[in-house]
Amino acid sequence: MGFFGKIIGALKKTKDNISGKLSALFAKGLGDDFYDELEEILISADISVITAEEIVDQIRAEAKKEKLKDKEYVIDLLKDVIEDTLSQAEVPEIEYPAVIMLVGVNGVGKTTTIGKLANYFVKEKKSVTLAAADTFRAAAADQLTVWAERAKVRIVKHEEGSDPSAVVYDAISSAKAKKTDVVIVDTAGRLHVKANLMEELKKMDRVVERDYPEAHFYKFLVLDATTGQNALSQAKLFDEAVDLDGIVLTKLDGTAKGGFVVSLCGELQIPVVFVGTGEKLDDLQLFDAEEFTEGII
Amino acid sequence: MALFSSLSDRLNHIFSKLTKHGKLTELEIKGAMREVRIALLEADVNIFVAKKFIADVSEKAVGQEILKSLNPAQQVIKIVNEELIALMGSTNAKLEIADKPPTVIMMCGLQGAGKTTLCGKLAMLLKKQGKKPLLVAGDIYRPAAINQLQVVGGKAGVPVFEKGTQNPVKTAKQAIEQARSMGNDVVIIDTAGRLHIDETLMQELENIKNEVHPNEILLTVDSMTGQDAVNVAETFNKRLDVTGVILTKLDGDTRGGACLSIKAVTGKPIKFIGVGEKLTDLEPFYPDRMASRILGMGDVLSLIEKAQEAVTEEQAKKLEKKLREASFTLEDYLMQFESLKKMGGIASVMGMMPGMSKLKIKESDFDEEKIERIKAIILSMTMKEREKPEIINSSRKRRIALGSGTNVQEVNQLLKQFEQTKLMMKQFKNGKRLPFMR
Repeated sequence: MGFFGKIIGALKKTKDNISGKLSALFAKGLGDDFYDELEEILISADISVITAEEIVDQIRAEAKKEKLKDKEYVIDLLKDVIEDTLSQAEVPEIEYPAVIMLVGVNGVGKTTTIGKLANYFVKEKKSVTLAAADTFRAAAADQLTVWAERAKVRIVKHEEGSDPSAVVYDAISSAKAKKTDVVIVDTAGRLHVKANLMEELKKMDRVVERDYPEAHFYKFLVLDATTGQNALSQAKLFDEAVDLDGIVLTKLDGTAKGGFVVSLCGELQIPVVFVGTGEKLDDLQLFDAEEFTEGII
Repeated sequence: MALFSSLSDRLNHIFSKLTKHGKLTELEIKGAMREVRIALLEADVNIFVAKKFIADVSEKAVGQEILKSLNPAQQVIKIVNEELIALMGSTNAKLEIADKPPTVIMMCGLQGAGKTTLCGKLAMLLKKQGKKPLLVAGDIYRPAAINQLQVVGGKAGVPVFEKGTQNPVKTAKQAIEQARSMGNDVVIIDTAGRLHIDETLMQELENIKNEVHPNEILLTVDSMTGQDAVNVAETFNKRLDVTGVILTKLDGDTRGGACLSIKAVTGKPIKFIGVGEKLTDLEPFYPDRMASRILGMGDVLSLIEKAQEAVTEEQAKKLEKKLREASFTLEDYLMQFESLKKMGGIASVMGMMPGMSKLKIKESDFDEEKIERIKAIILSMTMKEREKPEIINSSRKRRIALGSGTNVQEVNQLLKQFEQTKLMMKQFKNGKRLPFMR
């Protein structure tokens, strides 16, 4: 299945639902009830209350100005507004040699995403080294090793409980020696409010900056689409700590729609780069604002 | 304090014109409920759950007498708070124990909710209670999930039963047989994380359930879950008839509104909460704490209760008299800090005092460390200086600074702050009492 097909397939489950709701709404005309329910639809996709209010106000003003009564047009308008917001931040072009570090809270799917990312770069004919810098969670390195075997890439790992920065250092040295195109760093899941763990992350960040200055360094935050408004807090604090370059949105194959990325792109100007739609090696696609919007509305 | 005071601030704003006490009218409730709705939605309570909740609460609130000790905003919060607690109620943190061992506990939930870690925590807890748990590795899909459970089991000092990637239904059955023969009285089955819409894997859970008849089927949910929590909880409950819920990752800054959504759609008790990565970080669930968290504020009413306890009637009368006579001194100021400290922190108490948040008290003005310095400064003054701060000239300031280990600037700051407080206190003079002085 192609990438469009997959995202549409993944998001379609809830799509009918919303279109149906909107149709029922239009029957009642474009009154306050209509806009209130429109707002509710956006909120139920995990778009924040503030963003939902802003979007609806914008649509309301526009519709009034244009004296719109046409349902299709209002839907198009809604899509345009969301899509524009999602496209505000520019997606970084990956240049080589590259170091990609994935960060995020516990259980969002960092290790799985790394397996899929490795496969993505292998398909792009790039050589890849994985750095198993999650030395905290039990058996995290074992898990990453399985992914390395699946994607047929190299992996650098240390003992459980060792210094994650040392793993990063070794992976970089090895990548330099072997001239690998991409180093992908797995990090332990950490709640963004834990200052000491965020310091540990900054240290890893510094190791890459200092010891591999010739590499293009990208830091991606992995967010679980099932998450609610806390995703914004996660993005803010991780961005403060390591200056994020992008977002990977995982678990879009469920019924959650990850609407918080609309607020995120608008407020923090961090682009969504990849989306995860399953647990298989090729269940990772480049983010497409249009397709994503189609999925929400 | 930002999160903490947001709802009470907004409600205070709505009610700022409303000073007289009486009954809550429909119009007042409507205005207040708009704010409560936003608070609930920002906390990730599902929108339909929030709507229903607000409709129910509004109905109950209209016509209620406003308690003398509260202002209308606090009265509304009190009602909302009580309803939230009632809804999340039944503090049933006990695990169902089988009449005939072994007790079988089955875990279930989405990927990344924290099941495997939780298995270790539960095993640890049960072991402490004198049980002999056996962990069962039923996640045959995620790479290294079995290793992870083995490491976790090792840390908890609990054996782990695993049969590699053998069908988990069979593994679960064999594990229970082994538990019987080895004398393990509790069996905890870890299962693979799965999407609630994954038919094959949901069927697998049903098969395990039908094979081993668990005493407890615990749905593990990430407390950061958003609107989708209702779909997840409803589906798992429909398929498996879960016996309880465990919320994980509550050591973050999530408001945890998913908790309310889950409770609303399943009606099942929330048995435990996970509050950290250590194996001992498992706590019973307290609905009152969760309600405060969802509303984004401390427990207003218990703070007010605390305030009543911390200041004795006599002290309060004395202070009130002083306020009326405007003879409030630095000595009284010191006493105020001490009684506020008894209540567990200035910032929290200040935020809850009606009207106080409007006076723009910055949290930084009242951090605990600073209060210690303020106390040191006042204690370095003579009694006379405390009674009549206007006599404190620059040489006295230098002496006080030296004596308290601070500097003149800080002494100046305190004197200025004291003057402001005195001014503020005057606003309460006209027959009005400070809320904690009743």
